[in-house]
Amino acid sequence: MTVPSSALGRLLRTPRGLGAAIVLAIIVLAAILAPVIAPYDYAAQNLRNANMDPGALHWLGTDEFGRDLFSRIIYGARTSLVIGVTSISISMVCGMALGATAGYFGGAFDRVVTMVVDLSWSFPEILLALILIAILGPGLASTMIAISIAYLAQFTRLTRAQVMALKSETYVEATISLGAGSGHVLFRHLLPNAVTPVIVAGMLATGDAIILEATLGFFGLGAQPPTPSWGAMMSSGTAQIFIAPWIIIFPGLAIAITVIAINLFGDALIDALDIRQRLREG
Amino acid sequence: MALFLIRRLLLLIPVFLAVSLVIFMIVRFVPGDPIDNLLQIGSTEEQKTAMIAAYGLDRALPVQYAIWLGKMLQGDLGEAIILRQPVSTLIAQNLPHSLILGSLALAFSTLVGIATGALAASFKDGWLDRLVMTLILLGSTLPSFWLGLLMILLFAVQLGWFPVSGARSWSALVLPVLTIGIGGVALVARVTRAAMIEIARKDFVTMLHAKGLPPLQIQLGHVLRHALLPVVTILSLRIGWVLGGAVTIEYVFARPGLGSLLITSLNQRDYPVVQGCLLMLAIAVILGTLIGDIVQAAMDPRLRETLR
Repeated sequence: MTVPSSALGRLLRTPRGLGAAIVLAIIVLAAILAPVIAPYDYAAQNLRNANMDPGALHWLGTDEFGRDLFSRIIYGARTSLVIGVTSISISMVCGMALGATAGYFGGAFDRVVTMVVDLSWSFPEILLALILIAILGPGLASTMIAISIAYLAQFTRLTRAQVMALKSETYVEATISLGAGSGHVLFRHLLPNAVTPVIVAGMLATGDAIILEATLGFFGLGAQPPTPSWGAMMSSGTAQIFIAPWIIIFPGLAIAITVIAINLFGDALIDALDIRQRLREG
Repeated sequence: MALFLIRRLLLLIPVFLAVSLVIFMIVRFVPGDPIDNLLQIGSTEEQKTAMIAAYGLDRALPVQYAIWLGKMLQGDLGEAIILRQPVSTLIAQNLPHSLILGSLALAFSTLVGIATGALAASFKDGWLDRLVMTLILLGSTLPSFWLGLLMILLFAVQLGWFPVSGARSWSALVLPVLTIGIGGVALVARVTRAAMIEIARKDFVTMLHAKGLPPLQIQLGHVLRHALLPVVTILSLRIGWVLGGAVTIEYVFARPGLGSLLITSLNQRDYPVVQGCLLMLAIAVILGTLIGDIVQAAMDPRLRETLR
């Protein structure tokens, strides 16, 4: 793909990159293989075993309905990863389309796009997401749309900056002089060269998106029961904070490990590809 | 400076109109007819038409927006459906709590952030620097609401130093301010450190060293002084983030405030309150950014030229 395999090799040779890659691989595998790994049905209630301590029977304890926390966390990884990756992918594709068009053609369209991007830039993502949830109503689908729109400004801005910088390169001017159309220049020359920083930024944003999804879930505005989600699990755990603190500790730990692994991997990727400067331009 | 102020203030008008338009549209996009929620079961068609007329819903959308905007500017934000109180009263009750929390968190992140950043830069590549940078990485990646919950677990439930929730005493402010502040401290410290390291390489600093000035005086009186400019820039860009953090943390600590009110109303689908809260939060972000811009322009004359 667009990430050269040599860069991936360089990334895996650093201890930080390798460690992050292994942790990420384990989390993704756990999410895919959830039905095989999870020792219990994530929705099976057993009120007699409610709020059990972590132990041999239930590795990470049980929640207030006696559901196995370990199984729920593994299934919760599915929700978090699917929402994080899908919403950021949508956001990236739309942001690239907007940013590339605005950067390449300029004019009134560019001015409008820049104005909207600058305006939404000063608003925290959580506030943008809450405005969209207010319009769309709570739920998984609206969480996804809300996250995609909350991060749209970032990708639009970055793509636009990349395209603007590349547009004045000699080889692009040469292509245009040879009679190439806008579509050819955009899709064959500008976008392929602009895509790497955007993908890396998208990777880092996925970590933020997972936190945003968990926050919305914690507010009760994200995934609705019985879908297990890390944020919603912690929200129900707040009522048991005095008797079963592990309901809050373990899902939060799952989020923290996932996000830190994503950030370290993304950071190592930036170094391996040597694109720190290009990311700053956005 | 006066010209800059006038131009910057004029810029607020289109921004405010755009934001208020989006918030006005919330009720329009919500699935279902708002009138159906208000009507009592068994109402006739005539009663429905009368109610639609009473709320002005039979007029054109731009007219409705103008009416809404006019009422809003007079402080009339409508009536809460579930809490059965004027929205403006609810906001007046909750706003002071958010303002105190937000400004304390901002002050905490600025002061502690600059101090830690300066400390890390002065001992660059030493163990202190590495420790601070690791903590900063953790502080900026951990979900803030989880950090808040852990604080409650440790300091309120286990040690009993602070109340678990609420806003009855000043001590109830400590944990929320710390939780919001940690993310801000991480951001400010990172920028301070990077700026100080960059400025320490400049020629004039070498000259100060050659002059025989004590290193501490150089670091604080000259390097830090110049490094404050990017810090103010990042703070004015990210002032909204502190507010966003406040929204989340208020809910975690069950403190009264705009954030708690907003999330409760969202869950109850009390849309007039949702609109009012979002409007106030948006205005807060806009005003916060404005203050940041003015402070920046006051510190750096070059910036005043950009708005001409």
